[in-house]
Amino acid sequence: MLTIPRALYDKIVAHARADHPDEACGVLAGPAGSDRPERFIAMMNAELSPTFYRFDSAEQFRVWREMDDHDEEPVVIYHSHTATEAYPSRTDISYASEPGAHYVLVSTRDEDATEFRSYRIADGVVTEEPVTVVE
Amino acid sequence: MAIEVRIPTILRTYTDGAKQVEGSGSTLDELFTDLEQRHGGLRDRLVDNGGGLRRFVNVYLNDEDVRFLSGLDTPLKDGDTVTVLPAVAGGSL
Repeated sequence: MLTIPRALYDKIVAHARADHPDEACGVLAGPAGSDRPERFIAMMNAELSPTFYRFDSAEQFRVWREMDDHDEEPVVIYHSHTATEAYPSRTDISYASEPGAHYVLVSTRDEDATEFRSYRIADGVVTEEPVTVVE
Repeated sequence: MAIEVRIPTILRTYTDGAKQVEGSGSTLDELFTDLEQRHGGLRDRLVDNGGGLRRFVNVYLNDEDVRFLSGLDTPLKDGDTVTVLPAVAGGSL
């Protein structure tokens, strides 16, 4: 289950909408071991693509180092799909490299409705989980 | 000669859970070969069959991505820190 504050949920959706039709991506950092997302970090999509995303390697280094220095970890790794459903693709599954993170997928394929779903991805296995938005 | 190597969560199965290990080598390639002695299987996660750095693995010497230095031939010196981070990537296909 992913428990996420409304403010962070809204920021993810706004980021996905703003970058459409390119895929948006980013991280929600939280205290290590807490499973609480607290800090929103939009990341640049170095691929600038409507079908692929990749964190810029220098930016990823800075963000990961900063999280480490503050005893935080990536609680959520999010990205958007701009023409397909909010479900992990084959590439999403094969590149999932943070086994402890919640993988949030947002779809902006519909102008009026945004799909927001969350998954665990470990050892190539995808498990969808419920999302609870906390006001 | 001691090089500090920071290991990401997903590769800690090769280091008995350690987030940091030590190694030596005058280039990154030599360092990875050295690490393989004590952490069997780790090198294969970093270097492909053609002897190049794996595409979706980021390796940094201090705070620079080694792809902008000399890749696996990047020279190392005592006290350097090498950080490994798997790329975060994916897409709709």
